[in-house]
Amino acid sequence: MLLNDALVISAILFTLGVAGVLLRRNAIVIFMCVELMLNAVNLTFVALAQTIGVGGQVFVFFVMAVAAAEAAVGLAIILAVYRHKQSVSLQNMNLLKDG
Amino acid sequence: MTGTAVDLIWLAPAFALLGFVLNGAVAFVRPNAKTVVSIIGAGVLLAAFAVAMVVFRAFVGLHPDEPLIYRYWSWIPVGTLQVDFAFQVDQLSLVMLMVITSVGSLIHLFSVGYMKEDPGYARYFAYLNLFVFFMLVLVLGASFPVMFVGWEGVGLCSYLLIGFWYSDAANANAGRKAFIMNRIGDFGFMVAMFMIFWSVGSLDFDTVFAHAPMALAPGGAAITAITLFLFLGCTGKSAQIPLYTWLPDAMAGPTPVSALIHAATMVTAGVYLVARCNLLFAMAPISSAVVAGVGALTALFAATIALKQWDIKKVLAYSTISQLGYMFLAVGTGAIAGGIFHLATHAFFKALLFLGSGSVIFALHRAYHHTHSHEDAQDMRNMGGLARYMPWTATVMWIASLAISGIPPLAGFFSKDEILAAAHARGHVEPVWFVFWGLGLLAALLTAFYMTRLMIYTFYGPNRTGEKEQPSLHEAPWIMTGPLVVLALLTVTGGLLNVPELYHGNAWLHHWLEPVTQSGAALIPVVPLSPSAEWLLVGIAVVTAIVGIVGAWRLLKPEALVPARSAPEERGFARVLRNKWYVDEIYDALFVRPLVWFSRVVLWQEIDQRIVDAAAVNGAARGARALGWANRWLQTGQVGTYVAVFVVGVLLVLWRALS
Amino acid sequence: MTHTVFVIFGGIAIVSALLCITRRSPVASALWLVVTLFALAAMFVLLDAQFIAALQVLVYAGAIMVLFLFVIMLLNLGRPGPTDIKGPLGLGVAVALAGAMLFLLRPLGQAALPTSIQLPPGSVAALQQQRGIVGAVANPLFDAYLIPFEIASVLLLAAIVGAVVLAKRKL
Repeated sequence: MLLNDALVISAILFTLGVAGVLLRRNAIVIFMCVELMLNAVNLTFVALAQTIGVGGQVFVFFVMAVAAAEAAVGLAIILAVYRHKQSVSLQNMNLLKDG
Repeated sequence: MTGTAVDLIWLAPAFALLGFVLNGAVAFVRPNAKTVVSIIGAGVLLAAFAVAMVVFRAFVGLHPDEPLIYRYWSWIPVGTLQVDFAFQVDQLSLVMLMVITSVGSLIHLFSVGYMKEDPGYARYFAYLNLFVFFMLVLVLGASFPVMFVGWEGVGLCSYLLIGFWYSDAANANAGRKAFIMNRIGDFGFMVAMFMIFWSVGSLDFDTVFAHAPMALAPGGAAITAITLFLFLGCTGKSAQIPLYTWLPDAMAGPTPVSALIHAATMVTAGVYLVARCNLLFAMAPISSAVVAGVGALTALFAATIALKQWDIKKVLAYSTISQLGYMFLAVGTGAIAGGIFHLATHAFFKALLFLGSGSVIFALHRAYHHTHSHEDAQDMRNMGGLARYMPWTATVMWIASLAISGIPPLAGFFSKDEILAAAHARGHVEPVWFVFWGLGLLAALLTAFYMTRLMIYTFYGPNRTGEKEQPSLHEAPWIMTGPLVVLALLTVTGGLLNVPELYHGNAWLHHWLEPVTQSGAALIPVVPLSPSAEWLLVGIAVVTAIVGIVGAWRLLKPEALVPARSAPEERGFARVLRNKWYVDEIYDALFVRPLVWFSRVVLWQEIDQRIVDAAAVNGAARGARALGWANRWLQTGQVGTYVAVFVVGVLLVLWRALS
Repeated sequence: MTHTVFVIFGGIAIVSALLCITRRSPVASALWLVVTLFALAAMFVLLDAQFIAALQVLVYAGAIMVLFLFVIMLLNLGRPGPTDIKGPLGLGVAVALAGAMLFLLRPLGQAALPTSIQLPPGSVAALQQQRGIVGAVANPLFDAYLIPFEIASVLLLAAIVGAVVLAKRKL
């Protein structure tokens, strides 16, 4: 019974994370919403670990490690971009547009 | 494999093919090497003839009850259709093999002399060898498709050789005309093949003929349709009404080609086809009547045209069409042996006539060459009195003329007589055959007349070639006259092949072909004629021939002729005959013009330009441009857009996964 | 009892997540995210994942979010500037897609795992009794998941190097 509740909450959190990514222009805030999505998934894993086995918790462990690495590198990239564009707004990151 | 020399049968076409490859190589590398080409070109034919003799002797010694079939490889194994590249050695194919290789060798030898000055010498022999190869595949094939390979191949070689002197557009057009008219006939052949496979389930001759009586109702619509379509192929290949108009035009090719392809061998392929399928034709009486009727009508029709032609080769071309008509009359009546007999004898005397005319043309050509004149070397109005200058040629051509007119005891008498007798006999059962007999008899009268006309205008009377050319007129070299003499001997003795019992002969060819013809013969009403009736018919035929010859001798005045350049136009009915009953013009108006109009206006302008070019090709380009323009809106370069599209994709995946 | 507490903490997580994505100031967003993380840690405890809860607080809230705040401060983005949220079109798209996603995910509320893969209830707790709370997670790490463990350490090394290189003023 805790499982279904946990799954619902996780789904809502994940959706909120998606909405945040689609809604915001600041690159750092978008990144935070991505972290929110990862956490929602962590909740799912842990909830299922109760029913299926401790592997779920081990996987959360790994997710956290990867999230840490990813946050470090991602923020470094944002820093590098800021140095060029003096802005972290997504509108200004449009080098893919070629006229 | 029988372990006898019959197994060597593959060597005959192989030699011819080898000749083509070697001569073709020489034509590319060193076109002036005439001696090598002569040796290879004529040599492979003589080798093929030797193989034919050896195989024939071995076959006779073996005397098998069934045809010997040699399967060389599996050609078309598709589902229920199994066609092997296979040769069938039986009595009928051996007769054809002997005729092709013997007459072919003589014509190759003649060509060595005739084409000596021609720059395309090596190419000529390459094509001629290739032709013999395909012709042998045609007669040796064990199934309809293999025969069709040969059928098409000889059509190709005919095209190549008719248009041999291609720098003259008229020759190229003649080659094209021949090929296209043949294709119309080939369509008939193919439809017949499809129908045969549909009803019988196989395309091998032995299987088809074994199962046909069970699979197809005799006299029914299916078998009638099949045989009529086959006959359509024959009218194309063997120049019968309505697809005969290519043959006179084909005289544009070198004369030995006309002799070999358009007299002795290729045009007889249609007769061979009907003979091979005699069982099928016997099962379809309507088709047999059509074959015989068309043959008889063509015989008469072509003979009328020949009466007023001035080009010596055109006379012989129409004569060939007429004699082919006789052969179809024979095989349509069920007298297969008679048809094949006439095929063989006709090969001898018609080749002789063509080669003889070739000698004449050669002499005139040389004469005009000396004086740099541009007169037509083939027009009889430029000839006359040549017997003085070319006695050998004149003699052998007389022999051939008498043979074709049906004077005993030359070969043509026996074969033509047998055909007319068979037609008359069938008339007692089905009266329409009396009409066919009448047509054939009338055609015989005209044949005797126009052949004598040819001889008179060419060899007798005053010489119209010209004062300055006369000293250059003389007999052709021996390499050319030699084969003429051999052919003359064959013409004289050829009758011995099938002397009827009436003269206490042994009817050898008739009995030899019985294993092939008996299944069909069983279905045909045979009315034996009393000996007195037979003698009467013989008498009528001989009298007709003599009337024709004497009539021509009396009525025609070579002294009244003028050289071609200054000859007056014909008037009245003669003009109709001269212009071939305007058939070419009729075909042009009925078929050619509408087709060209259709191609140009509908197919080209409407369909090709409007629909394919504008709508399809340009339309596809416009569509691609539009798609590209639409896609541009997706590639905004904004990360936000990309994320949104990404999420849409994720939703799609989720939807599929969760539903 | 546990259930009620769980739902309360779930509600806290959802509300703070909502606030996180709608604040104008990046710092405010970060801090609300921290609240969400804490609520999640509480939920982990209720799900017999105490070690993971501790890690969540230590690593996620304690290290990663701190890093985020460092960078925000470094780039001087702390003040609430002109609005960061997309205009009506973007809003509409976001709401529509989020709504679609929620709709698609609603079966999770009634989902039931097949009994063949379910362990008897309380087996995780029993495992924790047996090996200790940390041991229950740590043991598989050095046992069945050894290779991913090693690879994760290589990944972290690569991340360190990458971060240092990317953030340098001059390469």
